[in-house]
Amino acid sequence: MDNRGGVRRPSRYPGRVNDFPDAGPTGDRKRLRVLAAMSGGVDSAVAAARAAEAGHDVTGVHLALSANPQSFRTGARGCCTVEDSRDARRAADVIGIPFYVWDLAERFREDVVEDFVAEYAAGRTPNPCLRCNEKIKFAALLDKALALGFDAVCTGHYATVLVKDDGSRELHRASDAAKDQSYVLGVLDERQLAHAMFPLGDTLTTKDEIRAEAERRGLAVARKPDSHDICFIADGDTQGFLAKHLGSAEGAILDQDGERVGTHNGAYGFTIGQRKGLRIGVPADDGKPRYVLDISPVDNTVTVGPADALDVTSLTAIKPRWCGTPPAGPAAYTAQLRAHGEDVPVTAELVGGELRVAFTAPVRGIAPGQAVVLYDGTRVVGSATIATTAHTTAGERTDTRTGADSVAV
Amino acid sequence: MAYFDHAATTPMLPEAVQAMTAHLTVTGNASALHAAGRRARRTVEESREALAAALGARPSEIVFTGGGTESDNLAVKGLFWARRAADPRRVRVLSSPVEHHAVLDAVHWLADHEGAVVEFLDVDRHGRVHPDTLRAAIARDPDDVAVITVMWANNEVGTLLPVAGLTEVAREFGIPMHSDAVQAFGQAEVDFAAAGLDAMTVTGHKIGGPYGVGALVLRREDTPVPLLHGGGQERSRSGTLDVPAVAAFATAGTLAAHRRAAFTAEIGALRDTLVAGVLAAVPDAILNGDPDPAGRLPGNAHFTFPGCEGDALLLLLDAQGIACSTGSACTAGVAQPSHVLLAMGQPATHARATLRFSLGHTTTAAEVAALTAAIGPAVERARAAGQT
Repeated sequence: MDNRGGVRRPSRYPGRVNDFPDAGPTGDRKRLRVLAAMSGGVDSAVAAARAAEAGHDVTGVHLALSANPQSFRTGARGCCTVEDSRDARRAADVIGIPFYVWDLAERFREDVVEDFVAEYAAGRTPNPCLRCNEKIKFAALLDKALALGFDAVCTGHYATVLVKDDGSRELHRASDAAKDQSYVLGVLDERQLAHAMFPLGDTLTTKDEIRAEAERRGLAVARKPDSHDICFIADGDTQGFLAKHLGSAEGAILDQDGERVGTHNGAYGFTIGQRKGLRIGVPADDGKPRYVLDISPVDNTVTVGPADALDVTSLTAIKPRWCGTPPAGPAAYTAQLRAHGEDVPVTAELVGGELRVAFTAPVRGIAPGQAVVLYDGTRVVGSATIATTAHTTAGERTDTRTGADSVAV
Repeated sequence: MAYFDHAATTPMLPEAVQAMTAHLTVTGNASALHAAGRRARRTVEESREALAAALGARPSEIVFTGGGTESDNLAVKGLFWARRAADPRRVRVLSSPVEHHAVLDAVHWLADHEGAVVEFLDVDRHGRVHPDTLRAAIARDPDDVAVITVMWANNEVGTLLPVAGLTEVAREFGIPMHSDAVQAFGQAEVDFAAAGLDAMTVTGHKIGGPYGVGALVLRREDTPVPLLHGGGQERSRSGTLDVPAVAAFATAGTLAAHRRAAFTAEIGALRDTLVAGVLAAVPDAILNGDPDPAGRLPGNAHFTFPGCEGDALLLLLDAQGIACSTGSACTAGVAQPSHVLLAMGQPATHARATLRFSLGHTTTAAEVAALTAAIGPAVERARAAGQT
């Protein structure tokens, strides 16, 4: 009898096998040894419960990512506190699976936190969740899991893995587009994908339904608030975090003609496309709002200008990673440029290891350091880190900052 | 199921369970004046006498507490406060770097909040403090030492420390000395009077008694400042006594002392088989602590498996029904590099690559065989996973 708590509907990808096979005693599907990463939140708890219910041999692991974990959440809703670890443990108890805490704080600090700070210091806007998936969950954790005899790592991400007839795997957007998290998984390559399990991805399930399912399963995390965007910034104050790590130095806010229109306390504190918090005393000539157009950490200046100067017509991106075979020639795809961002039509081409993306219509406010994830329909094609952007207005302003490797800390 | 974590807690002896359950049905506050109270008090005093006899102490020297951690805190903080109150020059606390956290964190707290100057005496590669080291430390200024605390047997690597030799030095200078004998009781000959200690910690659940009850054995001459103020039910300790737990603790303590020689012979032999089996399966494993069986607890085997993470090995063995410990303290469930091994001079990579197998009164040859069969493949696999 299927007593599954969640509402699972038929796959909307006909002709393909959805990869979250039940491993029932009579089924011919393999019973996998699954390592479930459990943050202490509701999504990963339900994901682990579903994997266990599907008949897999599941072990829960909470990743200790902070060297000095806070005992309790202090107003914030992070995933790195002792309390989160306890919540994950209680969920594992209820599901009835073994549970351990693994200390990956050192790797996390090196690969995610320091990278985050260095990227901001270089004037770029990184996505640490993407980096964590690439370097921690589906690298350090996956490698350790595989070496210890596990077959797969299971997380609470909303994304879908499909297995084609020839056995190859594809990453697709989650069935529920509003919850889709395939963007932050766009860095996974074929090997990583081969061992990834996302039990939440193929259900048309709203967050409320996941919470209701957690409730039905007796998981106390059912009513726990959603975690913060950046788990290691417990209070959500990214600016304060950066100021602590990078210090603050007064610099100029310039307009497009190089005129000083204001001051700031550190160029890294700004994101391209940002409008709020500029505190510019002098109004623009046309009286229209001004946005951050450029950040230059070298001379600690921030350039502002009108909205249309944010329009980007094309970009180049480095360190491409492909979920399968890279595209051969120029190809028509859609691209997503930030978490929960829109899908926009593009033409993409790989030229000597560099990804060149041309937008069908100009796109506003793209920041180097962010990831561009390419889609073919719902399928994730690959991703790369945005290095430079080209604009139409204001004299073909081309951003010449290079990629994430040349980092000035 | 093979249980190799007796040093964390060991199953209650049937006799102790019987004593506990029998007294759970009897009402009476041991401090009350009526017949029910007197009956409870009689149980407590008989238990006190029995435990004193088992530990080479006088009944009046037994202070019942809520367990090992409380006893350690009462001894270390209480004696420090009392000694400093008598002479404000006395601010120095001499201890060892291999202590259990109940002592370690208490002395750190004294340093952070009470102006104590804590000095950790060097240990040798087996984790042992030598009396000459203590003498040299005291001799630097005998008048400023408040209290000395050095454990009887190490809870991680099982090494026995020369308590009698250390107390001899402490006595020479008239400085009170405490020893945490939580692991030693029942496995080594623990005689409070013969050892010449001022204070000694023991606890119920490590010897086949219940959780949540312990004792500080305390010389009549020592009056530590209490941690818990209240009804004054015990000397330097307040709180209604848990009569059933006290009775069961004394029952277990009596049996532990009585059976010690047999335990040492039988469990020591199983431990030797375990050590030989593990070293045969994993030739480059390192046995930590004193390799001489006479110098370590009979129930302890502690290894470094180079190239492995202790927690990965633990997971692999746990999945096969074998329970053991990484041997070191946890912070939020994360195994930290063992402070004991670090103090013994092992590198941090080794200090994370450890497992402690601790045997007890229920350990069987079949359990040992299950472990020695499983350890080789587990180590091989954990090595492939490497150290993160």
